[in-house]
Amino acid sequence: MVPISFYVAVSAILFVTGLVGVLVRRNFIIVLMSVEIMLNAANLNLVAFAHHLESLAGQIMALFVIAIAAGEAAVGLAIIIVVFRGKIATNVDQINLLKW
Amino acid sequence: MVPVFFAYFALVSIVAGVLTVALRNPVHCGIALLALLGHVAGLFVLLHAEFLAAVQIIIYAGAILILYLFVLMLLNLKTEERVLHRRHAWYIVGVSGVTVEFLLLLLASSYAGAKGEATAAAVEEVGNSTAIGILMFSEYLLPFEIVGVFLLGAIVGAIVLAKTPTQADLDPRL
Repeated sequence: MVPISFYVAVSAILFVTGLVGVLVRRNFIIVLMSVEIMLNAANLNLVAFAHHLESLAGQIMALFVIAIAAGEAAVGLAIIIVVFRGKIATNVDQINLLKW
Repeated sequence: MVPVFFAYFALVSIVAGVLTVALRNPVHCGIALLALLGHVAGLFVLLHAEFLAAVQIIIYAGAILILYLFVLMLLNLKTEERVLHRRHAWYIVGVSGVTVEFLLLLLASSYAGAKGEATAAAVEEVGNSTAIGILMFSEYLLPFEIVGVFLLGAIVGAIVLAKTPTQADLDPRL
């Protein structure tokens, strides 16, 4: 039986990894992947507490998080395609205008 | 046996997460993300969330990650020369310090709380998917419908955004 604090620790490490990725990477697609890591860390936390507190609510919330992540990936990648079509690089530093 | 599997899944998922953030080639990052998702699904199985583990594999690894890889191959990105924001690299030091602090706090916490009704025996009786389905379509019906509408909106939004503009769209008089 693994104590819940270990799961929470793994989740915290994964979340920080994703946060660092969002902050320091320059490629827009990698930034979105880092957001997926953070969402996965949140899911792991939800499921760990659902197991610990013997309630299924956490697992249902994790399912909703997966659905939201799917929507986020679809819209984010569509934005990347639009930005790339305008011959602007997928580098987040160069995407600093909403309209020109 | 469970601690051994936990150690394996936890270690590999952390290493895969770090590789996703650290590798230079975006396709390699996608493969590392795939390893991360698979091993987090393994952690879900250890937590008796079998349905969620299957959903994680099917939707995350099977749909979302393939979408990422499709866009990567569509755009044909070159490996970047400068991967990191040099100015912001100091974030790593600060964030790791705060993490160590939080980890010490998390490992020392007691995690007491009121227990729910879904004990392991009660869930085992009907099966994990059935228990989740009953709860999802009774107590969480409204959020479920809202998520459905949200996904529809995301699909329409993605199509409208990524559509190739026709001549009529570009004409300012229309």
